[in-house]
Amino acid sequence: MQELINVENLKKDYFNEDVVTRVLHDVSFKINKGEFVAIMGPSGSGKSTLMHILSFLDRATSGKYEFEGENTKNFDDNYLARLRNEKVGFVFQSFNLLARTTVLDNVKLPLIYSAKKDHDKLARKALEAVGLSHRLNYFTNQISGGEKQRVAIARALVCEPAVIFADEPTGNLDSKSGNAIMHILQKLNEEGNTIILVTHETDTANHAKRIIKIKDGEIVSDHKISNRTIAREDRDLVK
Amino acid sequence: MDLIGTVKIVSRTLLARKGRSFLTVLGIVIGVSGVIVIIALGAGAQSLILGQITRLGSDLLSVQPGKSDEKGPPVQIFGIVITTLTKEDAEAIRNSDQIPHARAVNAIVRGNVTVTWQNKTMDTQFSGTDYAYPEVVDFDMQEGQFFDRQQEQGDANVAVLGYSVADYLFGESGTNPVGQVIKVRTASQTQAGGVPLRVIGVVEERGTAFFQDQDDQIFIPLSIGQQQLLGIRYLQAINIKVDSSENVTSTKEDITALLKQRHRIQKDIDQDFTVRNIADAVEVLSTITDALRLFLTAMAGIALVVGGIGILNIMLATVAERTREIGLRKAVGASHSAIRNQFLIEAGCLTFLGGIAGIILGVLVSYLMAIVMRFLGYDWAFVISPSSVILAVGVSILTGVIFGLYPAFKASKLDPIEALRYE
Repeated sequence: MQELINVENLKKDYFNEDVVTRVLHDVSFKINKGEFVAIMGPSGSGKSTLMHILSFLDRATSGKYEFEGENTKNFDDNYLARLRNEKVGFVFQSFNLLARTTVLDNVKLPLIYSAKKDHDKLARKALEAVGLSHRLNYFTNQISGGEKQRVAIARALVCEPAVIFADEPTGNLDSKSGNAIMHILQKLNEEGNTIILVTHETDTANHAKRIIKIKDGEIVSDHKISNRTIAREDRDLVK
Repeated sequence: MDLIGTVKIVSRTLLARKGRSFLTVLGIVIGVSGVIVIIALGAGAQSLILGQITRLGSDLLSVQPGKSDEKGPPVQIFGIVITTLTKEDAEAIRNSDQIPHARAVNAIVRGNVTVTWQNKTMDTQFSGTDYAYPEVVDFDMQEGQFFDRQQEQGDANVAVLGYSVADYLFGESGTNPVGQVIKVRTASQTQAGGVPLRVIGVVEERGTAFFQDQDDQIFIPLSIGQQQLLGIRYLQAINIKVDSSENVTSTKEDITALLKQRHRIQKDIDQDFTVRNIADAVEVLSTITDALRLFLTAMAGIALVVGGIGILNIMLATVAERTREIGLRKAVGASHSAIRNQFLIEAGCLTFLGGIAGIILGVLVSYLMAIVMRFLGYDWAFVISPSSVILAVGVSILTGVIFGLYPAFKASKLDPIEALRYE
């Protein structure tokens, strides 16, 4: 399998006046294309920081981060913004949809910053993939939480990224809606998308194929999941 | 990222907050419309003044008693009475060989009178003048004649009425004013009656010239005005019509020399009269209107700056309020410059729309003002200069961009991680 992410001895320090706080110690791992990895750890473990570095929102203090075989060390801010646009999709715990804006326009948002053409077609395709073709012209305040997160997934998909980061995607949802979201993520993974899930819940993490556990900024375990949870399609939600 | 895309986002954002957007640009609207109204007002006033002058003629000179700065107001308005200018001076100017270009000369005194005919009474102004008046000021008679030299010098009890006086006194009854006897008295003449004068003519309607209603007055022989109404021997002005406007300056000098000689004046400082021409008076007026215009333009400028600060304030609030949105946009690939441009364009659009609204309002107000002024009888031109419109809009967009810069930079510098966590 093709290598997507290669991290070696990654360190991250936060400087607060004279106090240095080390959040990540010597983190090393590789992720291949097509994987479904859960990065799991309690709050304060450094999993969010790791995700921010992997998704080009933040930079490591030292260590090597190779993305698609390229060292990201010398990429400037504008190039990182372009990478976020073209290579990365985000799904947040709190959805982060634009208020007073339709579902379709929310999904089109990343396309505004890309060179891609046919925004309408791409956005409709992404919404179809998450089963929301019937909600195109609804405003985001008119749909349920589960549907909001599906809009967010469609928005993450629309630029056909190399990897989708899902940061506690079920954290604000009831279990039924959460199950539906995990189903969609698993389905997208089956279709070839690389997914990195960040969570502190074992139940959620078990939907992935591999778990990297982090504690106090260090990897404590990294293994394949033998007894993986498969989220079933909920007929009530996907009409 | 393309400009059209940004404009689309911006217009959607602005439309979603119509009320707030409107309030934000109110300052700009007022500033821009202020600039346009003021410039239109200036142009209208200028056309009015020019119209008044051409009506009175630029070839007129006026000798007024008292030394004063030619550009300043006459001394009379300070309550100073100077009695040295006389009928004989007027005669001298008329007959002197030293003043070849004086075509006509008339002496004048003015005052307020009450005019009575039968049971009709009105307050008006009189001009006590000589037979040469119609030669100096161009006008036609509607009825009868102006008094001739014989009537004037023989102190005939005659009067010529201005159009609106005649209309008020005789219009209702349909009587021909010519031949009727009116009674004229001043406020100081307490006994009833007054001086009886026979109407020998009515002047045609003349409208306003030099901000004076030319129809609301009566003309009487000079000596009747001086002796029977005012009880004075001096003149309030001598008007001279020069044969052509090129000779105005030389004639002015000739008259000054003659009067200095007659009044035995050695030094300029002792001079007890002033020769003015209409152009000087115009200059006085335009000095005043220019100052007023500058002042009002400064006020409009202040309104624009205040409007700009309003924009700054709201844009800062907007950036704070939309921190999460900015974080999200950055996460999905918006660069610093894309965010900066979005907020700059937003401020620019706001002020541009404000500018457009300001133009519409300004033109509307200017137009209404022109209608009102015309209704009041002034020859007011409705002028909107394209340069004032371009100036106003240019300044308003510039205001938006300048005051929008800081909030836009602030937005573009936000850390996406922090911004996404922002509550």
